[in-house]
Amino acid sequence: MRAVVAVIGKDTVGILAKVSAICAEANANIMDVTQTIMQDLFAMTMLIDISKCGSEYSALADKLVRAGEEMGLQIHVMHEDIFNAMHRI
Amino acid sequence: MVLSSNDILETIKMIQEENLDIRTITMGISLLDCIDSDIDKSCAKVYDKMMRLACNHVKTGEDIEKRYGIPIINKRLSVTPIAMLAAAAKGSPVKFAQTLQKVADETGVNYVGGYSALVHKGFSAGDKELIESIPEALSVTTKVCSSVNVGSTRAGINMNAVALMGRIIKQASEATASDHCFGAAKIVVFCNAVEDNPFMAGAFHGVGEPDCEINVGVSGPGVVRSAIAKMPGATIDEIADTIKKTAFKVTRMGQLVGTEASKMLGVPFGIVDLSLAPTPAVGDSVAHILEEIGLESCGAYGTTAALALLNDAVKKGGVMASSRVGGLSGAFIPVSEDAGMIDAVNRGSLCLEKLEAMTAVCSVGLDMFVVPGDTPAEILSAIIADEAAIGMVNSKTTAVRVIPAIGMKEGEMLDFGGLFGSGPVMPINRFSPAKFISRGGHIPAPLQSLKN
Repeated sequence: MRAVVAVIGKDTVGILAKVSAICAEANANIMDVTQTIMQDLFAMTMLIDISKCGSEYSALADKLVRAGEEMGLQIHVMHEDIFNAMHRI
Repeated sequence: MVLSSNDILETIKMIQEENLDIRTITMGISLLDCIDSDIDKSCAKVYDKMMRLACNHVKTGEDIEKRYGIPIINKRLSVTPIAMLAAAAKGSPVKFAQTLQKVADETGVNYVGGYSALVHKGFSAGDKELIESIPEALSVTTKVCSSVNVGSTRAGINMNAVALMGRIIKQASEATASDHCFGAAKIVVFCNAVEDNPFMAGAFHGVGEPDCEINVGVSGPGVVRSAIAKMPGATIDEIADTIKKTAFKVTRMGQLVGTEASKMLGVPFGIVDLSLAPTPAVGDSVAHILEEIGLESCGAYGTTAALALLNDAVKKGGVMASSRVGGLSGAFIPVSEDAGMIDAVNRGSLCLEKLEAMTAVCSVGLDMFVVPGDTPAEILSAIIADEAAIGMVNSKTTAVRVIPAIGMKEGEMLDFGGLFGSGPVMPINRFSPAKFISRGGHIPAPLQSLKN
């Protein structure tokens, strides 16, 4: 089972470090990261393996969203199936 | 990465900025095994069965919201038309409405639909009692919705039922006059009602459906509007193509949520209803899509054509995205629930007659519109008869949900709050149809050939 973590907002120091630390705590393995900076906007998408998180997945999602708010960023954590369903035939 | 960042960001933008959501997950529950000649025993069976099947419905919806990051606005239940239970039981059918309310309160669902009767060919035992009890049932409950099917393409239109429903709607409005006449907003009068509709107020669980199933209604007018806004110089067929692609994505999301909910609840998956259901929120309006296509204001000449194009493209895109499509499937045009429609009425570009024409080419019908409180019952009946005739002749579902605003006149605003929005009181044609309505009887089913 994999989930997508999307981080959108103003670029600052330590975004990747903070997000990956939270993932590591929850035993979620980071499988892929892409990031772009469009004008001033930082957009990072990360694919994480959540099969070892078990029931902690929802706590992980909450933690990431909260961390995002603290850094002034929007963080969305969504199961990858939604993207596969919407963008693949 | 297998997934592209653009796709991910597009989905997030749809949800965050364009109000993409799952409008409802509705669990349909058959109550045929709860029929009993003792009404109290029957109510107890209804309560037990619904609580057993639906106790985790709301929690499952919330878990799915969290897992996929998609808002699911409503969790609802629909049941077998209560008239069938009332037929066997003696006593006031209002007891069933109170039981449904109790289930709604205890399970936490937003609405329960199915305080309904199907009388398109005539009244059977229980039907009249149930219909007569609708005003009381809707004034003593808050979460129960009612619907009555008065016509069909195969049966014609039951004009006795049409006459009765005009009076019932007026009474329901009067009984809830202190509560924004909200009783009338919870009644739908149908022609060609569908058995698997997940949307309120017209949801009921048809007798041809399985014992229990999950139906999903998607939404996304904002997503469609914003997709069209990105193509200012496009031709109409390019626009139709874009609507199809957008509807495909939206429906796939509905299919995913429905499949997941059915797995988690251990209940078969019924259908995805491919609908563009607006809300009063800014950017969630079907009227604004029509305006984006190129009309100065919804209701202008060209509105019916633009809506026909929109409705058809939504279906074409959605059908490929889901293996099971059903319900009402099309664009909804409720006046009070759509910011663009409200503005169009207020600026004088949308009148009742144009709205009626629009219902001939889109999903459902004259929905959530407000008329003056002193509108005679026979005019309400005649509005219902006209709308039912459109459905009957065109082999489609049509419906009327009209709110006579007690004590209000044309031009005033009736405010319901929340998802139901607020409706301007619309002017009506006051020439009397009283004699036509008082004749009673039946409009015979229309010919299915020689179509002109």
